[in-house]
Parts: sequence; C-alpha cells; structure tokens
Amino acid sequence: MYVYQEHDQRLLEERVAQYRDQTRRYLAGELSEDEFLVLRLQNGLYIQRYAPMLRISVPYGLLASRQLRRLAHIVRTYDKGFCHVSTRQNIQLNWPSVEEVPDILAELADVQMHAIQTSGNCIRNITTDEFAGVNPDEIEDPRPWCEIIRQWSTFNPEFAYLPRKFKIAVNAVPDADPALIGVHDIGVQLVHDANGETGFQVWAGGGLGRTPMTGSVIGEFVPWQDLLPYLESILRVYNKYGNRDNKYKARIKILVKALGADKYRELVEQEFAELKDGPMTLTREEVERIQSCFSAPDYQTVDSAALNAKLAEDKAFSRWYHTNTRAHKQAGYRAVTLTLKKTGRVPGDISDEQLEAVADLADQYSFGVLRNSHQQNMVLADVAASDLYDLWKALDALGFATPNLGLITDIVACPGGDLCALANAKSIPVAESIQRRFDNMDYVHDLGLIDLNISGCMNACGHHHIGHIGILGVDKKGKEFYQVTLGGRGDRESRVGEKLGPSFESDQITDVVENIIKLYVEKRLENEPFIDTYERIGMDPFKERIYG
Amino acid sequence: MDKVIIDGAIADNLWQRLEADALESGVPAQGKIIVPLAYWQENRDALIDRGDVAVWLAPGEEPKDLEDDLASLPLVAIHFPAFKDGRGYSYARELRTRYGFKGEVRATGDVLRDQLFYMTRCGFNAFEVREDRSIEDALQGLKDFSITYQGDVNEPKPIYRRA
Repeated sequence: MYVYQEHDQRLLEERVAQYRDQTRRYLAGELSEDEFLVLRLQNGLYIQRYAPMLRISVPYGLLASRQLRRLAHIVRTYDKGFCHVSTRQNIQLNWPSVEEVPDILAELADVQMHAIQTSGNCIRNITTDEFAGVNPDEIEDPRPWCEIIRQWSTFNPEFAYLPRKFKIAVNAVPDADPALIGVHDIGVQLVHDANGETGFQVWAGGGLGRTPMTGSVIGEFVPWQDLLPYLESILRVYNKYGNRDNKYKARIKILVKALGADKYRELVEQEFAELKDGPMTLTREEVERIQSCFSAPDYQTVDSAALNAKLAEDKAFSRWYHTNTRAHKQAGYRAVTLTLKKTGRVPGDISDEQLEAVADLADQYSFGVLRNSHQQNMVLADVAASDLYDLWKALDALGFATPNLGLITDIVACPGGDLCALANAKSIPVAESIQRRFDNMDYVHDLGLIDLNISGCMNACGHHHIGHIGILGVDKKGKEFYQVTLGGRGDRESRVGEKLGPSFESDQITDVVENIIKLYVEKRLENEPFIDTYERIGMDPFKERIYG
Repeated sequence: MDKVIIDGAIADNLWQRLEADALESGVPAQGKIIVPLAYWQENRDALIDRGDVAVWLAPGEEPKDLEDDLASLPLVAIHFPAFKDGRGYSYARELRTRYGFKGEVRATGDVLRDQLFYMTRCGFNAFEVREDRSIEDALQGLKDFSITYQGDVNEPKPIYRRA
C-alpha cells in the first residue's frame, strides 16, 4: 500500500481542521445551505432520506487491517454498527450526524483515511481491478499509477468546480475490462510499446447514469512521463467547455459526443502541447518511489498437497474454492473473494464485528491487506494454498463464504429507496426477492456466470447498465416500477445493455427475471454462459417470452 | 471605501467594476474602471492608452479574447456569477501561464472564503469578497493548507520536485 510521508499526513490533518471549521460556520449560520452543500459534498457528506450519508474514500479499494479496525470503531461509535461497500470501492456510513463528521474525519486521518472528493463535481476516487498486483493477466501493477493520479487529483485547485462529477479508472489487463474503463469519464489502459516502455491508451467520455455510453480513445499512446499533463489537458478542456446549464448534460461524455472524439482530441492536443515536458512531467525517481510501496509481499514456498486432499474430500470446500478463489501471479497463492451477498443481508453491508474479524483474517492470511471490489465484495488477495481450508471455515462462520461469486445471486445493488434520497424505487427488497427465488445452489451453479445489477434510479450507482441483466427503479405517478435491460457487460469489455420493454411492478420483477433465466436455459448451447446466449439469439426471443 | 484583498492583505478598492448597462451613456472620463469584454472590444482604441481601464471576463469569455491587449492592461477581472461555476479557475491559470500576464488578476462576484485558497493557486491575487461576508474572515481562507501535491501558478513544481 502507499506509505504516507509526513506531508501526506499533515495534509489530511489540515483538511480535518478546514472541514471542522466549515461545519462550525454552517451550524453557526455563517454559511448558507447552498454554500455548505458544495463543501460537504466535496467531503462525501450527503443529506439523505432519513439521515446524512458519509462516503469514505478507499483509494482503488485497498484497506489495511488497522484501517478496518478503525472503521469498525467508527461504525460502532458514530453509526448503527454497520457500513456499506459501494460500487466505487468506497465505504459508506448511513447514519452519521452532521455535527460528528469532523470527529469521524479526525479518527480516519489517524489511520491515513479521509473522505476527500468522494462526492461533488470534482475528481472522485480512482478505481481499478480488485485483483490488481496479483492478476496473472495484467501487464503490470496498475496501483502505483492509481496513486500517482490520486495525488494529482487531490485538492487539485483548478478542477474542484467542474460541470459535474468526474470518475477515472485504470486497467492493466489487455483483453478484459475489470476496472470498467470503457464506462468512465476517463479510462486509462496500461500498454507497453515495442521496447517494453509503459504508456497509456487514454479513453474519455464513457459513463453510466442518465445517458449511458462507452468512451472514445482520445490518446492512442501516451508515454508514462506524460500521464498527468495529458489528464490535465483533458480536464481543462472539459472544465472550460462542459455544459453548465443542465446537469443532465454536464458529464464529459455529452461534450465528447457533441464535439466528436476528433475535435476533442484536437483541443486536448493544443493544451497538451503547452504542458508537455514541463514541470508536471513524471520523473522515473518519483514513479519508482511510488512503485516501491506496492512491491510484492514476502511470499513463501507453499506445499499444496493438503489442499488437494481437502478439495477431493470436501465437496462444499471444493465448490467454494472453484467459485470464490482465483488464480494468482505467485505460484502457491490464490486470491479469495469474500462474498457479501448472503441471502437476507443487504448486498455490500458489513458490521463492526465482521470488520474486525476480517481484519484479523487479513493479518493472519493475507499480509494485513484487504480490498473492496466494485461488485461490493471484499478480497483477500494473497492467500497461501495451504491456508485456504482454514480460511474457508472462518469465512463460512462469518457468512462470507457463500459460493456465489459472479453468479446470479451475487447481486450488485445500490442502497436504493430504503435509504437514498435520490432513488425512485427500492433496490434491496428486489435483490432479496431474487436471491430467495434462486435458493438452490446447485441450480445457481448450473446457470453459470450472470451479472445482475440493480439501481434505484438513473444515477446508476448499482451499475445496472452493465449487468447482463440490469434492473432500474423508475417512478410512475408515485409508484415503484422496474425497467429491465439485457446484454450489458462489465467483464471482457464494457457495454451498455438494451431495454427489454415496458417496465414492471415490484411484485412482477422476480417472475420476469425467472422467465428470462428459463428461456436462457432452454436456448443455451452446452457450457454457453448467459451473455453468450443472449448475444447469439438476440433480444427478440426474450421480448416474446416476457411480453408475448 | 470598499475593501479588497490584494496579495494577501486587505486594501482599499480603487477599481470599480461596471456592467454593460452602466456604460450606456459612455465611459467615465477618469477613475479606475473595469469594463465588460464586449465593451472593451468595441471601444478598445479609445480606452487602451488610458491605463486606468481594465476588463472583466464572464464565464464563457476566455483570456484568448484579450490576447493582444494583455500587455496594455493593468488588471483583468474574472467574474463569478456563482461560485460553483469553475471556468474562471482555468481562465486565471491561462492568463498567468499561457499568456504570462503579470498584472492583477481579480476575482469578482460570488467570491467566498472557502474558494480563495484554490483561486490563489490558479493565479488570482486579488479578491472582491461578496459584500455580505466579512473580508477579515475571508482572509483566513488563504491559509487553509500548507501542503500541496500538484504544481500551480505560484509554484509550478509538484511536491516531489521541490527542494
């Protein structure tokens, strides 16, 4: 993980003091609602349906065990004993009080955490593959680049009052998009040139929300030294020309589409010509300093014989192993996903005691580090094969070993109308109803990989557009309805799904999902996953089945 | 007299910003005034040698519209009808780094304490704090942070390149 220097720590402490004073002035009536709104949002604080919501930043999803323990303490002391993993790999508290937020920030700053730029019209948390650094398919570790971008974007004075929020993701896997860069305001794809030098293919103008679309390549190959000047150029063009009259047309994707990628690139190149080779140019020394924070942990030689014996004799363990763990760069190690998707619990929720238990497991089995995934699960990325059986037992006792990673019950869902003031409809009861319908684990496994995503409104926090099956809550005359999309992808590539047709009432939606699945089972070829069947047979048979 | 923050201290405001309608009957013969870009462009030849006429830019009006005149201008103001509209931050930065403007860059309009630190880093050195707010209080906003990661107009080097 990135190791804080004295100046990084001081910056956080100054931020706490600044925000404490802003809160004081707001409560004293010296700042208007409107003025404080912008300041508190830049600090991740929303005023929600029943209480404020505080979004805590988890840069590219990495959490150390001491940070998990501090989060446990915070949710116990300042909240109702649980928190929520978001689709931006962050942590959300649902019941803090406005008055106590400065104290929460001070507690976070002690362990090098904060809520900087987790909301508002600024550059948000940088995200990446939750398996970054251990993924055998990546060309290099993307996390140092995420950290470099994080520091550049943190309190960047020019880009704090953008037309709209701005999300950047980094991917280092060549033939897949685990970081969803295709649907980000900026997507950064690591590439190597013919000499093996690192560079970036830079995408811009993707996004979900009201007008979902995939981005365009703006920079075909940006040498690593030029990463920050290039990003700055893209942001400057957006800051100057992005739409500020209508918030639904304010994201960079609308500007890129209106100008066309070629024109956008031309404007970026003009800015870039001025910045190139200037003081923003990255130095090898600085990149190596950051990279040294992410060096491989002290891996040991692992004897896998006992694991193989357990896999042969324990069917439940074997199922979990094949579903929830994945291959690792290092021989003898696996990356383990803790599924926070047990039926009957809110997807992505975790309690104070569970946070502490998970911190202990991270210390015991994974070099003290845990990761949040954008699918609202957690990952212990560096587990020796010989520890897997014991870890599985421990996770099972915690309820984090449901063997459903990537399967239909591993539902991604925003907090929805139960908590969120923006939502048109509830998400959590829909997720639970679908999980209950698919309660036979053998059948769920037989169905194979299916991404099912639910958002309670157009803002798409549940990433419904990229679900193979997407469900969107809509409001019709004060009643909750659900619109279904099919064929979205956030796996091999990022792609926006298509609408199935008219929306459904809440008591119909689970039947609709079941009927979609039944049709898939009828039509699939041997070993053909849902998304491939959909792409082969198209939307029409699904429309006929559901509406015919 | 009105007050303004200049270079980190409170000073008398010697300049008056005029909207277009205040100029309908012509420009005052003397006194330091800041006129809208459109007015400047129409009356440039009559104004440019005066030395006590400056220009203000509204959101959407970029420094490049003044490129040829900057050497003659003592002050450029960037107006913020609403503090949330951040275009002026890029304009200020361009004035300083692209065009090398050495005169005063003044923020006018919805100018508040909590934005001053960022504004300073982007090249503003003067602030007309919104009338209903205390200018002494706003002065505190210049000191929010002692640490910055990125380079800026005043210190172009990012933190790791500084001595």
